[in-house]
Amino acid sequence: MNYLQLLQAAAPEAIVVGAALLVLTIALLTEGRSARAGVSVARRPAAAKDDIPVGTRPMGICAAVAALGLALAAMAVVRLTTHSDLYHGMLVLSPLNSLFKLIVLILAFFTVLLIRGERALPNEGEYLAMVLLATVGLMLLIGSEELLMIFVGLELSGLSLYLLTGFDKTNRASAEAALKYFLFGSTASAFTLFGLSLLYGMGGTTSLGELTVALGAGPLPPLFLLGVVMTLVGFAFKIAAAPFHFWAPDAYQGAPVPSAAFIASASKVAAFVMLGKIVLLGLGSQPGSAAWAGLVAGWKPILAVLAALSILLGNLAALAQKNVRRLLAYSAVAHAGYTLLGLIASGREGFSATLFYTTIYAVTLLGAFGVVAVVRQKTGGEDLFDFAGLRTHSPVYAACMAIFMLSLAGLPPLAGFAGKFYLFLAAVRGTADQGLLWLVVLALFGSLISLYYYLIVLKEIFLGKERTHSHQADFSPPDTVSRSAVVALAAIVLLAGILPSIILDPILAALR
Amino acid sequence: MIAWTIYLSFAGAVLVLLLPRAFARWIALAMAVAGFGHALGAFFTQGADFSHFATIVRLPWIPALGINYHLAADGISLTMALVTGLTAVSAVLFSWKVEERPNEFFFWLLLVVGGSYGVFLSADLFLLFVFYELVIIPKYFLIAIWGSTNKEYGAMKLTLYSFFGGTLVFIGILAIGATARTFDLQQLAQFPFSAQLQSWAFPVLFLGFAVLAGIWPLHTWAPTGHVAAPTAGSMLLAGIVMKLGAYGALRVACNLFPLGFQVWSKWIAVLAVIGIVYAAGVALRQGDLKFVIGYSSVSHMGFVLLGLAAANVLGVSGAVLQMFSHGVIGALLFALAGAIYYRTHTRDLDDLSGMGLSRALPFLAFAFVIASAASMGIPGFSGFAAEITILIGAWKSFPLAVWITGVGMVVVAAFTLRALKLTFFGEKVPGVGGDASHLPNERASWPEKLGAGLLIFATLAVGLYPKLLFDRIMPAVELMRFLHR
Repeated sequence: MNYLQLLQAAAPEAIVVGAALLVLTIALLTEGRSARAGVSVARRPAAAKDDIPVGTRPMGICAAVAALGLALAAMAVVRLTTHSDLYHGMLVLSPLNSLFKLIVLILAFFTVLLIRGERALPNEGEYLAMVLLATVGLMLLIGSEELLMIFVGLELSGLSLYLLTGFDKTNRASAEAALKYFLFGSTASAFTLFGLSLLYGMGGTTSLGELTVALGAGPLPPLFLLGVVMTLVGFAFKIAAAPFHFWAPDAYQGAPVPSAAFIASASKVAAFVMLGKIVLLGLGSQPGSAAWAGLVAGWKPILAVLAALSILLGNLAALAQKNVRRLLAYSAVAHAGYTLLGLIASGREGFSATLFYTTIYAVTLLGAFGVVAVVRQKTGGEDLFDFAGLRTHSPVYAACMAIFMLSLAGLPPLAGFAGKFYLFLAAVRGTADQGLLWLVVLALFGSLISLYYYLIVLKEIFLGKERTHSHQADFSPPDTVSRSAVVALAAIVLLAGILPSIILDPILAALR
Repeated sequence: MIAWTIYLSFAGAVLVLLLPRAFARWIALAMAVAGFGHALGAFFTQGADFSHFATIVRLPWIPALGINYHLAADGISLTMALVTGLTAVSAVLFSWKVEERPNEFFFWLLLVVGGSYGVFLSADLFLLFVFYELVIIPKYFLIAIWGSTNKEYGAMKLTLYSFFGGTLVFIGILAIGATARTFDLQQLAQFPFSAQLQSWAFPVLFLGFAVLAGIWPLHTWAPTGHVAAPTAGSMLLAGIVMKLGAYGALRVACNLFPLGFQVWSKWIAVLAVIGIVYAAGVALRQGDLKFVIGYSSVSHMGFVLLGLAAANVLGVSGAVLQMFSHGVIGALLFALAGAIYYRTHTRDLDDLSGMGLSRALPFLAFAFVIASAASMGIPGFSGFAAEITILIGAWKSFPLAVWITGVGMVVVAAFTLRALKLTFFGEKVPGVGGDASHLPNERASWPEKLGAGLLIFATLAVGLYPKLLFDRIMPAVELMRFLHR
């Protein structure tokens, strides 16, 4: 194993890092005084920058470089060798890992496109660099099957995401969100690290594959349960599962829209891939059971409790929300609950259902945030009443939002329905005698509740009377790039609903 | 072939969105007529086998889950497709004057029609469920945007209730999918589900479908939703959508879980009879014309459920005929109520009774008399043929139910006649409804005459010659698994 081979195996990550550094350099050289001395200034950008309406700015060179870097990395992923295992699981090349690195890169690409729709971000170059670094963290997370590397990936992506959340220094909500996210996240990371160390202590190895063999299938030592719980705390935080979700509403609401979109989509996908690998691969020998009649201790009952709490809390809290971003945050909690069902079902069917659903969900949420960005740009806010009359302004965005909301609610012929169907089917099939039916019924009734609040958003869009807006309103023409991105995402959601096989078959093939 | 009914409806829906306003209603009409034509053509094909569920198209769709794009039709499906076509055409005709956002209006309308054709022609459980859930959201928008009384509340209630029913169906489908590794309805009809599974899965599945069919006590969405909906919305709701639930109950719940059916059939009969009598009683007390018709829909659907519960050839065939018959009659009644509302801007029976509408609106009065007669079950109209068949069939299984239903039918006649009298034949009171010059003398327009004429013809034809439909329905019913032998 020489460094050239390592570079070839880690080519996608290297390309993205290179792109990040390049973007930073370009930003330093071109963005003028606010970036001087590398210190960003916490006041409104100077008048010159404000005068250029968002939609008519030429594609920033930084954004172009970032997008190009992501595209190159995606091509590199496709050309990776299919099977390779470096350093006992630190960097594993497998069809599954490559597929999900590709998905994360695509989601990051769309996020970069959405940045265009946001009001002029100060220091756009730094912002893009942070997005790229977060992407690298997520790719490392997906590519690793080894405890320490998992932690490195978690931390790299986490730190980048904290910064991305707090990027808008002129907005108090952004700072508050970042602080909450950071404090919560650091504590969760601490728990995870401690849990991982306990697992290492018991198994004597940090590689997931070897860990499951070392743990064996015998009676469970109490220390094992402690280790598992602590590890899962960190991941529950990452996927925003209740009761570790408290950072989510503020982060989704306060952060700049592209950051929130990125957290909601790419970060979740990577977290679920990783969680799946840990429980199914690393702890596969001690699953326990979450069946209603036959509860057995292991990681399954823990996930079942997390799922049940998330579904209940997420849906009920979302009912009370008046701010659409906060509503999306609580709905994210609920969807984390649904997705966990697939992991509890385990097996190839369950894991593929989880991955399918989280991919679909990420695409949908990215698109929804794209629409939120447009509304925010036009009205200065993103409460329910700000969405009123979107239909008259931009029927295209209204139709896209309808597709996203209905997909989240789980209505055919959209992807969310296919995802939920597969997820619940896997859950019911995965346990003998339909033992997980209690959780599935809970999830279905959660979906029923969720239809109400998604319809409320659509009601405002299609029926609401437009209000006169504050002076912050920006009447520039909609940005073609971000509009195409949102339409493309909506088209993906619709297509994946009518022909789920286009996403499902690659996932199933990768899991063979 | 009949699958074009689905494709034309969806294609029409997309076209309507893209083309200018002026084209919207014509495209909708063209697609509705084309769909109806296909349904008629398939219905009258010489020498076709109506008893077996004959495959039309079967393509692998999601191989990983064993789901195929499988369409098939037998006599029952064709009958339902026919009533869908009839209702669709007249719904478009009665919506000819929609002014506000007509493109979107006909978009949602065609989606409901296309989804309904899809349910009736599906031979794969997943596909059926996709179409079944697909019609929920178009209904929401139709009511919430173009509706009248309490439209936002009515729309939300109807949508959430329908989705609740869909959730129960979903649970049943998951139970089926977990045990039998296929979703093909023909294969599932042969699959030996365990008695224990059937005993809990059947009521869940049946109730889920029956919510949409307006089973008591889960029927309260129907009157509110019907009243809130625009004319075409109510026509489609009463005409087709409620039948989706009954069809699902028949094709899926009863046919796949015969053992479960045997355990629960008595309770279905009880709920059906309560529905017939209770809804009729409530209708008698209503002051809003559309509420009367809405509750009458619930009452008539009770007959369908009673026929299903009877579980013999006559009962179930009668139930299918009643689905057809009430589809036509209910659509006609709502269409006329909408036409009256359009002219007088009120549906309050007391207000209407002072307007002397039998003179002002002669064609509508004529049509309403016929519709009332049909609704009451007077011989010569399809309602009689259906209801008598159901009652004969139910007599063999639940004689007491027939006695109670007989009482209910008297109440049905009572509320129908009351509504008829108050709406059209009240004494003209000077000063009520404005003076004569203010009262809109708008005669029925040609689309309205055409639409009403079509429905009247249908109910009369089937009423005078029920064999037309029974020849197609009965062979298919005889092959159902859950019938008492």
